[in-house]
Amino acid sequence: MTALDPPTSVVARLVGVTLRFGRTVALDAVDLDLPAGCMVGLIGPDGVGKSSLLALVAGSRRVPSGRVEVLGGDMARAAHRAEVCPRIAYMPQGLGKNLYATLSVEENVDYFARLFGHGVDERRRRIDDLLAATGLAPFADRPAGKLSGGMKQKLGLCCALVHDPDLLVLDEPTTGVDPLSRRQFWDLIDDIRAARPGMSVVVATAYMEEAARFDHLVAMNAGRVLATGTPADLLARTGTSDLDAAFIALLPEEDRMGHRAVVVPPRGESDGDVVVEAEDLTKRFGDFLAVDGVGFRIRRGEIFGFLGSNGCGKTTTMKMLTGLLPASAGSSRLFGHAFDPADLEARRRVGYMSQGFSLYGELTVRQNLDLHARLFELPAETIAPRIDTLVRRLDLADVLDALPETLPLGIRQRLSLAVALVHEPDILILDEPTSGVDPIARDALWQILIDLSRGDGVTIFVSTHFMNEAERCDRISLMHAGRVLVSDAPRRIVEARGVATLEAAFIDLLREARAVETSGSVASLAAAEVAGEPVAAARRGFDPRRMLACSRREALEIRSDPIRATLALIGSLVLMVVIGYGINMDVEGLTFAVLDLDRTTTSRAYVEEIAGSRYFVERPAIVDHSDLDRRMRAGELGLALEIPPGFGRDLDRGRPVEIAAWIDGAMPMRAETIAGYVQGMHLYWLSERARVGLGKNAPPASHVLETRFRYNPRIESLLAMVPAVIPMLLLMIPAMLAAMSVVREKELGSIVNLYVTPLGRLEFLLGKQLPYVALAMVNFVLLTALAVFVFRVPFTGSAIAFATGALLYVIAATALGLLIATFMRSQIAALFGTAILTLLPAVQFSGMIDPVSSLSGAGAIIGRIYPTAHFITISRGTFSKGLDFIDLWPAFVPLALAGPVLVAVAALLSKKQEA
Amino acid sequence: MKLSKVFDLGIKELRGLARDPILLVLIIFAFTVSIYTAATAMPEMIANAAIATVDEDHSPLSERIVGAFTPPSFARPVRIRPGEADRRMDLGLDTFTLWVPPDFQRDVLAGRTPALRLDVDATRMSQAFTGSGHVQAIVAGEVSEFLAHRRAPTRLPVELVERARFNPNLDPARFAAVMEVINAVTMLSIILTGTALIREREHGTIEHLLVMPVTPGEIMVAKIWSMGAVVLLASAFSLTFVVRGALAIPIEGSVALFLLGVTLHLFATTSMGIFLATVAGSMPQFGLLLMLVLLPLQVLSGSTTPRESMPEFIQTLMLAAPNTHFVKLAQAILYRGAGLDIVWPQFVALAAIGAVLFGFALKRFRAYLQ
Repeated sequence: MTALDPPTSVVARLVGVTLRFGRTVALDAVDLDLPAGCMVGLIGPDGVGKSSLLALVAGSRRVPSGRVEVLGGDMARAAHRAEVCPRIAYMPQGLGKNLYATLSVEENVDYFARLFGHGVDERRRRIDDLLAATGLAPFADRPAGKLSGGMKQKLGLCCALVHDPDLLVLDEPTTGVDPLSRRQFWDLIDDIRAARPGMSVVVATAYMEEAARFDHLVAMNAGRVLATGTPADLLARTGTSDLDAAFIALLPEEDRMGHRAVVVPPRGESDGDVVVEAEDLTKRFGDFLAVDGVGFRIRRGEIFGFLGSNGCGKTTTMKMLTGLLPASAGSSRLFGHAFDPADLEARRRVGYMSQGFSLYGELTVRQNLDLHARLFELPAETIAPRIDTLVRRLDLADVLDALPETLPLGIRQRLSLAVALVHEPDILILDEPTSGVDPIARDALWQILIDLSRGDGVTIFVSTHFMNEAERCDRISLMHAGRVLVSDAPRRIVEARGVATLEAAFIDLLREARAVETSGSVASLAAAEVAGEPVAAARRGFDPRRMLACSRREALEIRSDPIRATLALIGSLVLMVVIGYGINMDVEGLTFAVLDLDRTTTSRAYVEEIAGSRYFVERPAIVDHSDLDRRMRAGELGLALEIPPGFGRDLDRGRPVEIAAWIDGAMPMRAETIAGYVQGMHLYWLSERARVGLGKNAPPASHVLETRFRYNPRIESLLAMVPAVIPMLLLMIPAMLAAMSVVREKELGSIVNLYVTPLGRLEFLLGKQLPYVALAMVNFVLLTALAVFVFRVPFTGSAIAFATGALLYVIAATALGLLIATFMRSQIAALFGTAILTLLPAVQFSGMIDPVSSLSGAGAIIGRIYPTAHFITISRGTFSKGLDFIDLWPAFVPLALAGPVLVAVAALLSKKQEA
Repeated sequence: MKLSKVFDLGIKELRGLARDPILLVLIIFAFTVSIYTAATAMPEMIANAAIATVDEDHSPLSERIVGAFTPPSFARPVRIRPGEADRRMDLGLDTFTLWVPPDFQRDVLAGRTPALRLDVDATRMSQAFTGSGHVQAIVAGEVSEFLAHRRAPTRLPVELVERARFNPNLDPARFAAVMEVINAVTMLSIILTGTALIREREHGTIEHLLVMPVTPGEIMVAKIWSMGAVVLLASAFSLTFVVRGALAIPIEGSVALFLLGVTLHLFATTSMGIFLATVAGSMPQFGLLLMLVLLPLQVLSGSTTPRESMPEFIQTLMLAAPNTHFVKLAQAILYRGAGLDIVWPQFVALAAIGAVLFGFALKRFRAYLQ
């Protein structure tokens, strides 16, 4: 620790901190001291400001108003943040949110170690120690996304601890993790603290039972601090026996109104028939056995609980029961009949509340209820009374016309239940109905469930990961890794195991079930801490090693997600073929027909002249004017010629004659070309006729104009278009991929690593850019090969000049993508935004179709500075005009400048903290 | 399939769309601003073409020729020295270079038929061919006017009277505006149905529907009719108020018949939207897929360049795409005033393609929900 830390050890201090998101207040004038060197717990339900507070302490979020001091300095100052950020480790909320799901365990830790500037040997040693300590060593090669919840959290911890932090900030590290893994996680933290006594840990949690083991607690509600103190303090102050009750007691009076402790009236045993029955239910997803031979019987009116960690098979089992998923093996029976997913009648007797209260956010509460009532085909006249009843029973009257998204989680949960109950089902299946909801709302929901079960005889099948809720069930099943470990009344499970609490019973059961997964040896970690060299002070300013770490990670991600890369390469080839053939300016195979009212050899000779050209294809002769009209309307004829009666005779006699050419003007471009061709052939026919007729007596022409079509003598569209299409594709696709790679991190949350590690903005951007430049160059080679070998466009100039231009150009293109990404939040917006912003200037203003020299106004300015314009000059110059560097240097200069300028602007505009 | 449920679910889709500002802006933009700008920004075939002149004659006639190149068709000619010509064309500064040889006027007057030279940068397809025709005509006109008082005017023994039907002035805006409507119909119908399905999956509400007594067919038809109706209304609005109204572009045939064609086309494209959404794992993947599907559909359907000039196999392949038939019937009805007696084959083709796509999408959709 440095001398800056005050000896009385406050690790973080907040003074008058207020944080708003739009109209909601996340933190409301919070004053708080967090003591150093101990375990501080923030408790309270979701959405009370815990996460915001931790993000401020970790330096990930910008300090809005008030003062935040961490490790003895002001977190609003960038210099202080840069100095302390290597001493802070932050694990954001959400399982493995700051990890890279497609990267292996080892690659993840390695990336963080590189960011903190460890050398090769030091990295190896630390990674080995950490993986050994957390018991992850056997899974070093497994992708992070395929780990169980508990293992993800351990990996997150490894990544956080790789740089020996003085302050460890953990945001709900154990939510959704099974009790045993939770226990192991906290043991691990204790061991690490024993090895590094100076380290401060700040944790947010929703589990009150875990909070009991922390040194210091901060109870929060609605953006305010309710109370602080040791767990014993809080219990003593409220006169309660557990923290759940203590927390409720600490809430302001108005929030507690109407709260009663939940009482579960006993249920008459053995009454009622079996309504849900599952036997040997199995579900396989490919190789993965999600549910393995699960069986149970639930009687009418029973509350049956399903316990287990995230991903243990609870949701899959429920989906099989509701017919959402077909079972791979085994059977399930509802009301004594084999369940048939196609049987819509059976669904009418089941109410289902899915995880996360999925409602139509875009419909109001009333519209949601109404829609569901209609879909369940309630008779129209009963819908309104039914909605009224539900609204009264679930206390939704005040929010009837509100949108669910604007409502607090507790109310959304009640609405979700109302929707599941709208058709008065006999069975209610609820998938984690209370996760994230505050204790009062949870109790209220349970009271409703109990009333339904005991009063209305509704059978309730509920999953949860809260122990106190499990205790309220008539019977529970504990699931782990797709199997049911035990199934019985909670009381009996505790008795059978001979332990004090349900949690202890489960830990015991889980330990038996996975004797293989060891918790690792923390001793090695402790030893390593002593032996290890101190962390090299993170280098300030630009560090190429950090940039390369970022590139390496991005490259690994592309490699493990080949769909994206392949789509990018194949996609560009497909588009090149489409555009090469589609945007074709050659006009050939034009259809024409003749209304010959003369029918002489002269008129026939005239027609022969046109029919013989490669541009025109003759169709059966036109019979009369109505035939002409009909066939032109149908689009059958591009050109109709009308030769008047007496054409040959009049011509011979030198009388003026007129031939009418009707051209289909529907497509103006084609019509102009047709007009040009016909005019040309007409004149040629006349001059030939004159020459033959008059012989040498014909007067000489006044002049001749010799036209040389340079670079492309046969004026082939493909030859002209392809060298311009390559620049367009090399702009659009690399820019799109680069933009999406940055926005993807924003969307998935791993951008937080930019906020809380020493990684600089420029290092981050250049690091991201590098792999996409490489990918774009591969793309370039493929496109050029396609042009030369498939489209047979001759390449006449300097290949080196072309390749150099391409390299400078793709650097600019990817930089443009990075710049666009600074304005975008979602990948889909980045995708379309980049497409529009790159395509329009590339197609309209860069000389792809209309030459830049023909542009005026804003278009002309864009055409002068836009990189595509210069690369099209280079591409056409080297493809068609046989040019080299020396000839093309004026186009290289702006191209070389574009990339660095764009990256610099993107770096300036991107943020090192969340706003 | 119960119609009441299909109706209720469709109303739900419409309410959802009404609360999605981004999609609403996209619909409004695509059917108004985008069509208006496409029509008004469409340049004339030859506009502001860059021309340089190498005048080695410096006679009144050569001055007269050089001075005849004027905007809007040509930019003011740049007078250059012979040595500069190649380099300027290499760098793409000039599209045309006109060389007037020494003693040009004297030779013309002496009837020696002197030769001028015109270099054309033939990599500029849009201007090279048509532009060289213009240059030829301008030069011929100037020379013959210059000679007018010396020789009798020549008259062609046969006049060719060219008349463009359906668009007498060959106004490119008329083409661009209607084709833009067509492209907007295709694009939006695919995007709207696709996002409607993906949004539902991302919010987890699709499971919610499936536990209710609702069949996949009902869900899919609800999305198709609701999103199709939005696009149909928007295109009718756009034709009436933007194309006929703001742009004052005449429409030859029956709008009602065209809208019937739109309906058939929508049947096919909305099914395609559902299908693509089941293939794509997420919104970004749907976006990438969309680019790869939409661009070929539009570029190769004949709505940008004539189908005749595409390679045979592409023409045949594109017969399977609904756009090809839709573009054909739209051009026939809206430009040429064709009636059902002429466009019925396209209607039949669209209905058949739509039925196949719908069946295919429904099959995918059912499998996807498992």
